[in-house]
Amino acid sequence: MNRELYPFPGGLQIPPHKELSNAKTSLITPLPDSIILPLQQHIGTPAVPLVKTGDKVLKGQIIARADGYVSVPVHASTSGKIIDIGNYTVPDPLGLKAPCIVIEPDGDDVWFEIKPTHDYASIDPKDLQDVIREAGIVGLGGAGFPAHVKLREGTESAVDTLIINAVECEPFISCDDRLIREKPGYIVNGTRMIRHAIQAKYCVIALEADMPEAYAALKELIDDDIDLIQLPVKYPQGGERQLIKVLTGMEVPSGGLPIHMGIVMHNAATAAAAYRAVIRGEPLISRYVTVSGEVNDPRNLQVLLGTPVKHCADQCGYEDKEGQAIILGGPMMGMYVNNMHMPVIKTTNCVLVTSTYNKSPEMPCIRCGQCVDVCPEKLLPQQLFWHAHAKNYDRLREYHLFDCIECGCCSFVCPSNIRLVQYYRKAKRQITQDEQTRSGADHARERFIARNARLAREEQTQNNELLAGSDIGELDKQAFIQAAVERTRAKRAQLGKQENSDDDQE
Amino acid sequence: MMTRNETVIISSPHLHAVTSINHVMTRVIYALIPGILLSAWFFGSGVLIQSLLAVLFALCAEALMLYLREKPLRLFLFDGSAVVTALLFALCLSPYTPVWVNFTGICFAIIVAKHLYGGIGYNMFNPAMAGYVFVLLCFPVNMTTWPLPAGITDQQATLLQILSIIFTGPSSLENFDSLSGATTLGWTKSQLSGMFMITEIRNSPLFGSFAGKGTEWIAVAWLCGGIWLLIQRIIKWEMPVFFIGTVFLISLLFYWYDSSIYLSPVLTLFTGGIMLATFFIITDPVTASATPRGRIIYVIGIGLLTYIIRTWSAYPDGVAFAVLLMNAVVPLVDNYTRPRVFGEIKHG
Repeated sequence: MNRELYPFPGGLQIPPHKELSNAKTSLITPLPDSIILPLQQHIGTPAVPLVKTGDKVLKGQIIARADGYVSVPVHASTSGKIIDIGNYTVPDPLGLKAPCIVIEPDGDDVWFEIKPTHDYASIDPKDLQDVIREAGIVGLGGAGFPAHVKLREGTESAVDTLIINAVECEPFISCDDRLIREKPGYIVNGTRMIRHAIQAKYCVIALEADMPEAYAALKELIDDDIDLIQLPVKYPQGGERQLIKVLTGMEVPSGGLPIHMGIVMHNAATAAAAYRAVIRGEPLISRYVTVSGEVNDPRNLQVLLGTPVKHCADQCGYEDKEGQAIILGGPMMGMYVNNMHMPVIKTTNCVLVTSTYNKSPEMPCIRCGQCVDVCPEKLLPQQLFWHAHAKNYDRLREYHLFDCIECGCCSFVCPSNIRLVQYYRKAKRQITQDEQTRSGADHARERFIARNARLAREEQTQNNELLAGSDIGELDKQAFIQAAVERTRAKRAQLGKQENSDDDQE
Repeated sequence: MMTRNETVIISSPHLHAVTSINHVMTRVIYALIPGILLSAWFFGSGVLIQSLLAVLFALCAEALMLYLREKPLRLFLFDGSAVVTALLFALCLSPYTPVWVNFTGICFAIIVAKHLYGGIGYNMFNPAMAGYVFVLLCFPVNMTTWPLPAGITDQQATLLQILSIIFTGPSSLENFDSLSGATTLGWTKSQLSGMFMITEIRNSPLFGSFAGKGTEWIAVAWLCGGIWLLIQRIIKWEMPVFFIGTVFLISLLFYWYDSSIYLSPVLTLFTGGIMLATFFIITDPVTASATPRGRIIYVIGIGLLTYIIRTWSAYPDGVAFAVLLMNAVVPLVDNYTRPRVFGEIKHG
């Protein structure tokens, strides 16, 4: 189907390097020695453990429950014994540790009872959300936002268009490509199911022109109910705001959400995982991961969540060499990690081994403006850099720092090699922290004012009670005071007289 | 299992385009070479000597300032920016300029205009133009005496003569007057004030086939180098196009009004420093406006000011003054030309 496209501003042509990994069939990764499952693999509140050390668990069993609305449960990826619940290294840019449940696999890989549903259309959209939530489904594109929240928003307001994002715009990553080629049915049916869940009028699956096999595989399965659209290759087309612009010509308002425009977007892998969860009753316990870069056999793997990154890399002939960096995710937005102990989590799409990462020293900005040309959000990266440098947070807001999607285009083209995104991240973090501190202070101030008001009120009431106790009405207050004053005066006069008489007596 | 450098936190993106300040500056130098060689062909080896001296002085001044400012010497000294400044400065000078004038100008450019403002990236005024204007105001006589271009006289100064003019001053040479003269623009200016018509002035041997003798081809060389820079994506097309367009339109307007006292657009564009400025000076990103609309306002401003200064002031050319004047208003322009952010709804 032909559809008019609206190019998004800025962007880059980056060598894709997908050919390294996208031609080979994915490999099912053998069971590792231990499975490490962080309680937080999503955006929102961490899950709360339901098991304790020594418990036996089965594959697919919930081992930590969702805590609050923006949260999802964690399931055991395989059967085995819980050997520890404690802090382990997780995928984190600062290399921090976080609470995890560690399972020692028993090797039998026995499933917990699962409840397949054969016809999603018979399920009420609202119930469907609960199934998807209980299956621990989050956005698998990278951010890891709980999928049910987006579905709920979809049922609460009218949805015009559902967009399934199969635009894998980051170089090296081909896990969605492979998933689509190998399981196109999951994608197409998952798309239809989500459409049913949010009652969307139109439905689009978008992918880039460098995925012809995936396109063909999908094309074979879809009818006229879904638009399948191939887009010219350009980074960062897979960004939510960018893709919406390309497909609809509409710009998501600064600080707004797609749902306000009647648009819901889900990642292709998310749609597949949701479908699997409903039809087969299998929760999210594995995913496709690309292992690429400087390994002997770059390819895609089907990995159980919690599998150590090192174990995945080993399957692809990884050798530890001097000067190599390990990046989780793509080279543009992925995070550098300094070891491989951490597990693959729901949002891990790629393990990249590279020695050609940016090592050049930073020079002063020469205001060349190339960053302005490539910014897909039409920001002024160099002005943001100035103000971030000067810690001028008011100006940063004025220059829309929080519209930055951290795609890295500006840093990529900077001739002075300035790590612009790093400065923006830092500034964003600082502003958010300051705001929290301020709101804490505001809260304290409010409480203080409230307390004073309460004390004043109590005092007033006490006075009133006193007045009431002496049987004098509000209206007679003046008279009461007058009377009190006169009594005192009389008393004083009497005292004075007494004193005088005393004097006389002397 | 390895443990990598624990203290380093590397932030995405990890990929970087093949570019650096050095990469940019090197390309600017390459683009200058044809014009420099052609200048030397028409005006003698003095051009090369001035360039070499300027580069030498610039590197020394740069090294001194980096040392005083405790900056990494190797990283900054060889970023190429000082060489570009020196070459652009030297190309504005007469090939007969005494060495101390060259030295003074470079010192002003590198020390005052560049480093006292914070070094590369922080300078508000184009260092080459600031240095040039400084010596032009201080030593006007030395700055306006040019050799006659090849093809006018048979008498060309020898290398020895040139060296003696540069290092010991013009008075050391008996036949200096026969070797030097006014520039095309300087000649035109003086003749116009003598109530001559353009058609009469145009008959001077200082004029070539479509602009100044010799200088017209040098201007073409700047144009070619500039087009190469455009292809290399070192400079943005908007700046040269809007600048040339502005100068072309305003000169056309006055040429139509009275062609006997106003130069034709072609003559305007291909004389003086306009072509050099178009691709190598107004395109200096550090001192230009940073926003897309701001850059256009910036170059239009330079175009108008250049024409005004050239036509109605006492100076034959005005590019350098125009650039410095517009440099000064860049922060203001930047502030008022912020682009609309993606998804931003403009109010009012």
